[in-house]
Amino acid sequence: MAAHPGGLTAVEPSVRTRTGARTGPGAPTVSVRGLIRGFGPKGVLNGVDLDIAPGEFVALLGPSGCGKSTLLRALAGLDHDVKGSGVINVPDRVSVVFQDSRLLPWDTVLGNVTLGLRDHDADTKARRALAEVGLAGREKSWPHELSGGEQQRVALARSLVREPQLLLADEPFGALDALTRIKMHGLLRELVSAHRPAVLLVTHDVDEAIALSDRIVVLDSGLVATVRTVAPEIGSAVDAAGHEALRRDLLTALGVDVNAASH
Amino acid sequence: MSAPTVERPAVAPHQDPALAGRDDVRPTGRRLGPGRRRRLAWLLGPSALLLLWTAASATGLLDPRILSEPWTVVATAGELIADGRLQENLAISAQRAGLGLFFGIVVGALLALVSGLSRAGEAFIDGPVQIKRAIPGLALIPLLILWFGIDETMKVLTITLGVFVPIYLQTHAGLRGIDLRYVELAQTVGLGRAGFIRKVVLPGALPGFFLGLRFAVTGAWVSLVVVEQINSTSGIGYMMELARTYGQTNIIVLGLAVYGILGLLSDGIVRLIERKALSWQRTLAG
Repeated sequence: MAAHPGGLTAVEPSVRTRTGARTGPGAPTVSVRGLIRGFGPKGVLNGVDLDIAPGEFVALLGPSGCGKSTLLRALAGLDHDVKGSGVINVPDRVSVVFQDSRLLPWDTVLGNVTLGLRDHDADTKARRALAEVGLAGREKSWPHELSGGEQQRVALARSLVREPQLLLADEPFGALDALTRIKMHGLLRELVSAHRPAVLLVTHDVDEAIALSDRIVVLDSGLVATVRTVAPEIGSAVDAAGHEALRRDLLTALGVDVNAASH
Repeated sequence: MSAPTVERPAVAPHQDPALAGRDDVRPTGRRLGPGRRRRLAWLLGPSALLLLWTAASATGLLDPRILSEPWTVVATAGELIADGRLQENLAISAQRAGLGLFFGIVVGALLALVSGLSRAGEAFIDGPVQIKRAIPGLALIPLLILWFGIDETMKVLTITLGVFVPIYLQTHAGLRGIDLRYVELAQTVGLGRAGFIRKVVLPGALPGFFLGLRFAVTGAWVSLVVVEQINSTSGIGYMMELARTYGQTNIIVLGLAVYGILGLLSDGIVRLIERKALSWQRTLAG
């Protein structure tokens, strides 16, 4: 694990390392220290610190433009052209689920799930993953033959077949209809409890964050503004005591006038 | 109170033979696409043209000295096949076009890959290709004759130079048009350079390549006609050029018909391969 940088000065180089098997017991799966992306008044991230424990489900909430996608892309190593500094430690096996399913249109469902897999039994694993997301028998289909929800399930299968230690999800259900989104929440909960990756879910949906995560981090103006732990009994039932209070609390943190907003 | 029982038909409605005679009344909206594909429909246009030609010749509207009758052309084809001249010239023409097309495809696709995948490649390759594109291919023939003489090398090279440009342009455009989101995806699933090219770049550039191929195939026949009519002692073009000196309209028309059939056939083959290879696409063409 790389050293903690001394301060938040903007001159430090940006470091992104993969800790892999070197991580000892009790060490966090993800550790971010003093992360800065974009400098000056237009800075997107202005010194973010974040740890995610093994198997922990963290939801990253925030209004549009608060930098939550920038943070996720930094963790995924997808921000080559963005200036910045800070230290990021992530495990070896990281999977990303995007808002769009991002399936290659010229490859079959099975081909999309096995994309980049080097195992000799990649097909077997992919079939098992597809069965897990309820798409057994659709291996030979083209992506355009699937519904939006089914395409996103293929994307989930593609990310889980790699047995990730960290799953990064950038508003994965944002483009789905409300009914499909609820079903996908259930599916994601099952998959996460079966595979136990650490998860960072970027969302702007407070209810989604409460329903799925162990901990909610609210980002505001490129800084961690609020952190709330979600008790298991609150996350599993909307009528649980404390659910409404947490919801109001988070909405207030997001700058929504709770008394004016009718939901 | 007993639960209501729902009687289910033994056969699913869509398989029910009894459905065949039933009314099917539905409001129909205006369909904007071209409708369902019909087999062999593409033959309609050429057939109509042939019919018009036959009718004009039979009624005497068309002077045989201007354009031979269809049956004369067919008879001429019979004679030339009987003495082996047509096959012999056709084989030589096809070989030239085939070789030129092959080298053109290889060169065009390779240049497009190098130029599309590296900035240095683009800096060195794209400019010269654009310059070559601005020079009519046939304007190079005098120089090519000086360099390579008038034998097969010059002919195949002329065709190659005509073919590689559309292949390069369309493949390069297809390659550059690949969505950046797929490039990100390739990175997150840990694809290497080779895997990225095989799984993302090549399939993504394929629609552009096929578009270029259709231009290239037509272009190959055009270049062939020119090289065979300028300096040649064999091939369909030579056969026609010879017929001109003897005023044999029927052989000229036969040569034109052969070129037409060859062009139509090769384009049909390319389209067939294209439809098989791009079956993942959902387009208006169907």
